[in-house]
Amino acid sequence: MGDGRSVRVTRREFLREGVAALSGMALAGLGVDALRSTAHAQELTYPVERGASLRVLRWSQFVSTDRPIFEENARRFTQRTGVPVRVEYETWTDVQPKAAAAANVGSGPDIVIGFFDEPHLWADKLVPVTDLAEYLGRKYGGWFEVCPQYGYSPPRRAWIAVPIGAPGAAINYRMSWVREAGFDPDPAKFPKTTDEFLRLCRALRARGHPTGFALGKAVGDGNVWTHWCLWAFGGRAVAPDNKTITINSPETANALEYARALYETMIPGVAGWLDPHNNRAFLAGEISLTNNGISIYFAAKNDFPEIAADMNHAFFPVGPVGRPTELHLFSQAYIFNYTRYPNAAKEFLRWIMEETQYSRWINGMLGYVSHPLRAYNNLAVWRSDPKALPFRDAVARMLPHSYAGRPGPEAARALAEFVIVDMFADACTGRRSVRDAIRAAEDRLRRIYRS
Amino acid sequence: MLAEHRDVLGWVMVGPALLILGGFLAYPFVLGIWLSLTDTRIASPGRFVGLENFRYVLGDSVFRLTVLNTLLYAGVAVVLKFVLGLGLALLVNREFRGKRFVRAAMLLPWIVPTSLSALVFYWIYDSQFSVLTWALRTVGLVSGYVNYLGDPILARAALIAANVWRGVPFFAIGLLAGLQTIPRELYEAAEMDGAGAWARFRWITWPLLVPLAVVVVVFSTIMTVGDFQLIWIVTKGGPANATHLFGTLAYQRAIQGGFLGEGAAVAVFTLPVLLVCVAFAYRALRRED
Repeated sequence: MGDGRSVRVTRREFLREGVAALSGMALAGLGVDALRSTAHAQELTYPVERGASLRVLRWSQFVSTDRPIFEENARRFTQRTGVPVRVEYETWTDVQPKAAAAANVGSGPDIVIGFFDEPHLWADKLVPVTDLAEYLGRKYGGWFEVCPQYGYSPPRRAWIAVPIGAPGAAINYRMSWVREAGFDPDPAKFPKTTDEFLRLCRALRARGHPTGFALGKAVGDGNVWTHWCLWAFGGRAVAPDNKTITINSPETANALEYARALYETMIPGVAGWLDPHNNRAFLAGEISLTNNGISIYFAAKNDFPEIAADMNHAFFPVGPVGRPTELHLFSQAYIFNYTRYPNAAKEFLRWIMEETQYSRWINGMLGYVSHPLRAYNNLAVWRSDPKALPFRDAVARMLPHSYAGRPGPEAARALAEFVIVDMFADACTGRRSVRDAIRAAEDRLRRIYRS
Repeated sequence: MLAEHRDVLGWVMVGPALLILGGFLAYPFVLGIWLSLTDTRIASPGRFVGLENFRYVLGDSVFRLTVLNTLLYAGVAVVLKFVLGLGLALLVNREFRGKRFVRAAMLLPWIVPTSLSALVFYWIYDSQFSVLTWALRTVGLVSGYVNYLGDPILARAALIAANVWRGVPFFAIGLLAGLQTIPRELYEAAEMDGAGAWARFRWITWPLLVPLAVVVVVFSTIMTVGDFQLIWIVTKGGPANATHLFGTLAYQRAIQGGFLGEGAAVAVFTLPVLLVCVAFAYRALRRED
């Protein structure tokens, strides 16, 4: 990279950006410590290679404001560095197959913004980004606890991905129906325990307003709520050694019994639901409560204002384990080592994660993506609409899907094969007894982790 | 110069075809077989493990369910497509006004992109907003929701119905082509001998249609066993793996799960089914000769 064209900032540029950053921080209400760390960390920049250009593969937008802002950020990056950036989009579940092909043939996008374990599936094909991750962590108040579990690779002893954030989920509910059921619809007073939550769902059902949680092959919604439920009761698929299968436990049985009770409050048909089904059912007024990202609210604001006015969001309740046990989709960016422009790629990731660009993007998406860096707790979006607030803490409250093991090929496979979702579906629909559903899941997990 | 060396000229002429066949057919086929004998994961080369992947999947309850699903799906769908396709072919083989239009319209389900028709069925089978449920409710046959894709048996039936809708035109057009090659004189002679409609079908139409019918059935079986798009769009193999076919399970294991070797082994299991089909067709056609 010695022959690279440096984009190291000049003193004048540094001052200008520093002033801008200070203004932004001030607007965002950040403290003095954060500002001090900003000035300290501002010096990191990567000398971009001569003639560099970048291909970025990322997930298609979930909300309509995402893409224009992301591309505007990319365009500004090009203006600043002279590096053209081509952004390619795939449906979020199709990013991994594309990235897998790129990893296998050693050619394709320079940067991929994907989900979950992806970087750990081809960890040795990636450019380490430890310096960038540490820089961002220092500058923006540190990463939330789950971030290094996803971004850091123990075998490589390096960060291999930069956490981008989580399209977080929350309990979406109709306030009028919750009130009708005898509960306070204020998110601050929404049921905080699983027992209280079940009482609410039963009361809703009794008044003709069923709930709806996906139990089909719903990659996002199905995995999110079933993992939450499993962990809320202390169940877990695998031990921290990433080998011992621990799904067959009284805690898992309790989680399934709870889910069966919850299932009785659901609308018929959830066993076949994929990701879009609960959005449609909620917007059509068929269900009173579900788990989802902010996309339902976003769609309601555009097309069903009366529903937007009557809906709200709340955290997933806490189970007997006594702490949040949420799972959210988790997105991170990684750089393939076949790229000819690793510095340009790192500089691009640094650029989009810096406060000016990142806040513009997240604010514009109405909070669809929850931030991974603590300083971004103060983004304007989290103050502009109280209904978006529960999504703010998605990353702070989440566990990795591999819990209590590590992200990696086995956890990726267990998730891809819907082992936990199927276990819940089997037990809830009565296809299998709780005991048999657990045994079937145990058998599948054993095979996956043994292979 | 080349013309003087006929052998060389022959190789030059068939060379492009061989290259295309080798590159696009033989190479992926051999690679698939090879991968199934290795423990290759995405982005790692893997090593030879013999039949380990096959032993592994044979002990897997999801795979065994997939075998059952595939046999059921292909068996029922192909029989239904054949019966309905033959009936349709016999109908449109008659003379009537608008015959050409009907024949062209008949092809629509076949020529509509599968992904598009799958999306339509995705809506038709929606648990809450199904037009089918709405119609059944309107005529009073059901009162609540119909759980088309949440119940394993209903989900299988729903997908078979969608596959039949899409595949009937293939049979109808294929068999219609066969019907039109049967000389009219045979029917006229049979009628003069007092043969009824069934006798004419049994002793003239059917024997002369069999060679083509075998080919159509074999082709359709191969395509049905290898179905992917319809399943993936409508159920993704759910509920609880009740609609997984070889193709969807192989994709899930190899691409989404990252275990290319095991996914390839699942895909290779379609080979015996296809070989049986080909052998059946070969025997049937030889007997006709």
